[in-house]
Formats: sequence, C-alpha cells, structure tokens
Amino acid sequence: MGVLLQLFWSFVQVGLFSFGGGYASLPLIQEQVVMKNGWLTAQEFTDVITMSQMTPGPIALNAASFVGAKTAGIPGSLVATFGNVLPPLVIVLILAWIYYRYRSLKVMKGILYGLKPAIVALIASAALSILLLALFNVQRLGEISDYSLYAIILFVIGFVFNFFRKPNPIYIIVGSGVLTLLFFVIGIPI
Amino acid sequence: MPTKKPDMSKKRLLWTLFKTTLTISAFTFGGGYVIVPLIRKTFVEKLQWIDEHEMIDLIAVAQSSPGPIAVNSSIIVGYKVGGVIGAFATLLGTVTPPLITLTLLSYIYEIVKNNAYVQMTFYGMSIGVAIVIVDAVLTMAKTVLSDKKWFPLVVMILAFVATYILHINIVLIILSCAAIGALSILFVAKEEAK
Repeated sequence: MGVLLQLFWSFVQVGLFSFGGGYASLPLIQEQVVMKNGWLTAQEFTDVITMSQMTPGPIALNAASFVGAKTAGIPGSLVATFGNVLPPLVIVLILAWIYYRYRSLKVMKGILYGLKPAIVALIASAALSILLLALFNVQRLGEISDYSLYAIILFVIGFVFNFFRKPNPIYIIVGSGVLTLLFFVIGIPI
Repeated sequence: MPTKKPDMSKKRLLWTLFKTTLTISAFTFGGGYVIVPLIRKTFVEKLQWIDEHEMIDLIAVAQSSPGPIAVNSSIIVGYKVGGVIGAFATLLGTVTPPLITLTLLSYIYEIVKNNAYVQMTFYGMSIGVAIVIVDAVLTMAKTVLSDKKWFPLVVMILAFVATYILHINIVLIILSCAAIGALSILFVAKEEAK
C-alpha cells in the first residue's frame, strides 16, 4: 500500500509542475523516479525515454505506466497514470472555465514569461546528464574519465544529419540503434 | 468555417469523443506537439465542432496548465464539446494506449534487459535520444531568447545553475521563476503607466 501511495504522490508532483509539455516533465520524472525514490537506475531511465520515443503517448504518461508497472504491477501502473493526469485535469478545467468567463489571462502571461526560460534550463540540465551517460557513461561533467570514440562519432554525424535534414526523431533513434547493433554483430569494437 | 452542434445522443457523443482521442493517442509517436495538429484536424476540419480561432485559444489555455500537452489539449476539447463528463471521456481515450503499451513493455523489459543484443541496440538508441534532446533544447532556447531581452537569458542561466550545480529542488525553482515572471509583468505595466 505504501508504495502505491508513494507512486501516486510522486506522479501527482510530476503532473503538477511540468509546465510546457513534452520534455518539460523529464527533469521532474528524473528527480522523483531516479534520485528520490530509486525506482529506476540512470540507465533504466534513459531506456524508458528511448521506449517512450517509439511508443504512442506523452513521455510523462509512458514513464508513469512503466515505473508503476515495474514497481507495483498493474495497480502501480494505474495509480501512477491517474496521479499524473489528476492535476492537469483539475487545472485545465478551472482554466477553461475562467477562459469562457473572462477570455483574457494577463497574469498567466507573466507567469509563463518567467517559466519558459526556467523550463528550458531544467530540460537542458536533464539533457546534459542523458548526453553524458550516452557518450561517457557518467552522469556529471566532473566525472568524465573514459570515452567511447564510436559514441562521439555517431553523435556528431547524427547531430549534423538531424540539424540539416530534420527527419522524424524516430528515424534518428531507431537508426542509431540498428547501426550500433549491426557494428556489434559484425564485430567492430564499440 | 461555421461550427456544427454535435447532433447525437449524449451516450454516442461520449463514445465518439473517447474513440476519437483513443485513435489519435494510439498513433501519435513521441507525444508532445505532434498531437495538437491531429486534434485540430479532427475537431475543426473533420467534425467541425470547434471554430478555428477558438481552437487556438483552447490550445493556449491547455499550454498554460501544467501536464503533458496531449493530455491537456484532449481535456479542454472534451470539455468544450461535452462538458466535464466529455473531458473525462477524452482523457480516458488519451491515457489508455500508453497505459497498455508501457505496462506490457515493462514486463518484457525485465526479461530482455540483460541480453547483449538488446543492450547494444538500446545503447545505440540512447545516443539517438541524446541527439534528439540536445537538438530540442537548442531549438527551445532559441525560441525563448528570440525577443533579445536580458530577462529570459538571466532566468535561464540562474535556473540552470540552481538545478545542475546547486541541486535545488525543481519545484522550488519552477515556483520562484513563475513568481518572478508575474512580478516582471506588474513592473513593466507600472513603467508603461508612467
């Protein structure tokens, strides 16, 4: 029972504070799931992001379902998902009601003006630890001691390709995975 | 474009809302902003239940609220078309596909995560994820800083230092920046009034 409640409460917080959608929930999920409760390792967290890029639905919901199921089975998955959507449900309904009553939200504009750059910074911080884990197998800048030349080359080539061609992100992710598997199978050191 | 009133029984209306959002959610990969154009296409162009301008406002309201954009957009569209119970129908439609998929995946993941081939593929894909996320961060930073004002830049740097170096609680950072933003608008309004 304790773990269900903890799952619910953790994902309520993720739902309540992830302004800006998409990647905005990443640092919050990371904080709750990896750092505070240790439900996933840093590696597993990256795997969840990978999976959620290839499966339908928003990252936060995917993470909630995955972590919930892994920690406490199907009840866990349901509880975490419900917790994640409860705050948006309440807040969106209130805002919708206000919108139809007043149709202008001045204070909201100010709040968003301060929130947007902060959210980008938070996502940048999460992105940095994902990048470090992928290229150097460490989580913080100061800990870099070893590197994978293969990973760095793949990252640079992929980044340039992505920058100029702007393909669907799924192709970049699946392409990187297939290429790495291929090199591994034919025995090229990675 | 004139909007139609949905002329069907409440039960059928709720079923249509559920079915529509379920389909959209099930076929939207990567989540986030991809779902918004799909919702717009369905409700504005196909069903014609919502007017184009109102749709833009609704999306803006949905983005002002915390939570995934896909979830928020479905809630507000459901509310507009079918009231609070309509919002529940669209919410349920949106959460069902990821709930089922990721619950199943979590069981498979436990079985295959120590397989060398699976590990290598995931390792490669994690590099792909890093590419996609770094690109997303750069694009977002460019958008936020595009008005060339110092305020967003300062907030961004402070927030980064606060989280990455000082490990300050994320919720605290979010609340402080929201408060600073609200105050900044008041301050600007006062300046303009002078």
